[in-house]
Amino acid sequence: MADLTISQGRTGQTTRFDLLLLGVALAGLLAAPFFFYPVFVMKMLCFALFACAFNLLLGFTGLLSFGHAAFFGGAAYFTAHAVKEWGWPPEAGILLGVAGAAVMGAVMGFFAIRRQGIYFAMVTLALAQMFFFFCLQAPFTKGEDGLQGVPRGHLFGFIDLSQSLNMYYFVMAIFLIGVFAIWRIVNSPFGMILKSIRENENRAISLGYSVQGYKLAAFILSAALSGLAGGVKALVFQFATLTDVGWQMSGEVILMTLLGGIGTMAGPIAGAALVVTLQNYLATSALPVTIVTGAIFMICVLIFRRGIVGEVQARLLRKREQRADG
Amino acid sequence: MTDTQTAVASGRQVDNAEPRAVLSARGLYKEFGGFMAVNNVDIDAHHARIHALIGPNGAGKTTVFNLLTKFLKPTSGTITLEGRDITRMSPARVARLGLVRSFQISATFPHLSVLDNVRVALQRPQGLGYQFWQSLSSLERLDGRANELLESVGLQDERHKMAADLSYGRKRVLEIATTLALDPKVLLLDEPMAGMGQEDISTVSDIIRSVAKDRAVLMVEHNLKVVADLCDWVSVLQRGEVIAAGDYSSVSENEQVKLAYMGTGDE
Repeated sequence: MADLTISQGRTGQTTRFDLLLLGVALAGLLAAPFFFYPVFVMKMLCFALFACAFNLLLGFTGLLSFGHAAFFGGAAYFTAHAVKEWGWPPEAGILLGVAGAAVMGAVMGFFAIRRQGIYFAMVTLALAQMFFFFCLQAPFTKGEDGLQGVPRGHLFGFIDLSQSLNMYYFVMAIFLIGVFAIWRIVNSPFGMILKSIRENENRAISLGYSVQGYKLAAFILSAALSGLAGGVKALVFQFATLTDVGWQMSGEVILMTLLGGIGTMAGPIAGAALVVTLQNYLATSALPVTIVTGAIFMICVLIFRRGIVGEVQARLLRKREQRADG
Repeated sequence: MTDTQTAVASGRQVDNAEPRAVLSARGLYKEFGGFMAVNNVDIDAHHARIHALIGPNGAGKTTVFNLLTKFLKPTSGTITLEGRDITRMSPARVARLGLVRSFQISATFPHLSVLDNVRVALQRPQGLGYQFWQSLSSLERLDGRANELLESVGLQDERHKMAADLSYGRKRVLEIATTLALDPKVLLLDEPMAGMGQEDISTVSDIIRSVAKDRAVLMVEHNLKVVADLCDWVSVLQRGEVIAAGDYSSVSENEQVKLAYMGTGDE
C-alpha cells in the first residue's frame, strides 16, 4: 500500500529511492479502485489517515492518548448531522467535523496535558468515555441506531459523490492532503520542538520552552486531523454510529500505529492497511478477527518492536551504513 | 584530604572587589513531608565568577539547583535574578530570562543530530516555535550560529552524528554548547564533570573558564581538585544548610567542613 516514507536518514536527506517509492505508491493509489472494491480502499485510507494523525501525538510528541475515538467518531457525527439534517454540502460538513474535533481536542487536551505517562492516557480515556455516554444519550446522534442514510451530496455543487469513482478520488485527495499536512508538521520548526519534548521534556523546559503549550497545540492538530478522517468516513459509509466513538476504536488506532511502526511516516498507513484488510477478509471466515489481530500484535511486539515499517527502515539504514563504511 | 592540601598549596586568590550578584537566593527552605532538605540557604551567583556548591551526598545540592531553576517550588524564601523576583515563575520562564541549567545525567536529545540539538536551543530566541506550516529549511539560517557554537567546543566534525552515538564526555560537551546557545546570564551546571576521564575534564574546565568571562556560573561538583582549580568561590552544604562559604583555601581549612567530609568518608 501507500508508502510515504520520506525517511529521515542520519543526514536528513530524502533519497532517490524514497522518491521512487512515493511515486509507486501514488500510482498504486490512482489505480487501486480498478482492482479492489472502492469502499474497501476508502475505508483503508480513512483509517490510515486516522492512524497517521494519532501517530503525530504518539510517535512525534511522545504522548499516548487513549481517547482518540472521540475525535474520529465525534467528527463523523458532526459531519453526518450537518449533511443529513441541515443539508450542508459535503466539503462544509467535513470542515465542521474537523472544527468540532479541534474544539474537543482543545478541551480534552487542556485537562490531559497536565498529567504525564499513564495518567495522561487515563485522563484521555475517561474524557472519551464521557463523550461516548453523551453520544449514547444525546438526541441528535439517534442513540443505538446512529445516523443512517447520510447522503454523499455534490462536491462544490457539481461533482456527484454518489458515483463511487468520484468519491474514491475525493477521499484519496483528502488522504494525501492530510498526510502531507502531517509530514509538514513533523518536518517543521514546530515539529523539531515536539521531537525535543519527546526526547527529553525537562531539557526542553530548561531551554525555555513552555512545553504545555506545545503539547496542547500538538493535541489539537492531531484531534483535528483525526476529525478529518472521521468526517470523511461518515460520508464513505453514509452513516455515523457509536462504534466510532467507543474505546475499542481508540484501541484499534493504537494497534494500527504500533503494528506499522510508531514515529515513522509510513508505519501507521501500513498498520491501518493490514488491520483493515484482516478485518475485511476474516469477517467472512470462521476465524475470529480479534484473536487473529491480537496474535499478530503479540508476534509483532515480541519479534519486531519497531513495527513493520520501523523494522524495514532500520534494516535499510544499517545496510546503507555498512556500504558507507566498506 | 590530599585534595584539600593541594588546593591550599595552590592558594587561589580572589579579587577583593565584590563583583555584582546576578542571581540571589535568601532564606530558602524546602520541606519534603517533614524532612527539611534545604534549610535557610542564602546563595549568590556573581557575574564573571565560578561558584561551586559542594557537600557530601544527600546534602541538598541538587535540590538547591531545582529550587533556583524553579523545577521545585521553595517552601519559603525569595530568589531574585538581576533584582527581579523570580520565586513564583515557571521554569521555562526563568530559562527565557537567562537562567539556564544542565542536569546531573546528561541531557541531550538523543535521537536528534548534534547540529539539531543546538538548533533546537536557538529556535526559540529566533521566534521559531509554533510554525508548523513552515519547512525545515526555515531553520537553516540558524546553522551559522550553531556551527560556531559546535566549533567553540570542538564538536564540529561530529555535527551529523546522532547525539546518542557520542561518548559520554562528548555528550556533556554538547549539552554545554546547547546551553550556551541561549546566551544565558547565569549558568547552573549540575556535576558537569561526573563520570568523565581526565582529558575530558580539562576540556570542559577550559570551556567553563572561557564562558564564565561574561556570565555567572554556579556548579555542583564532587571532584575537589576541579573545584580548587576552577572555582573562585565555594559554598559548602551539609544537611541542607550552608556551613561555610568563601574561597577554596579558606573553606578547606574550616573545621566544620573537614568534619563534614571526614565524617561521611566522602573524598
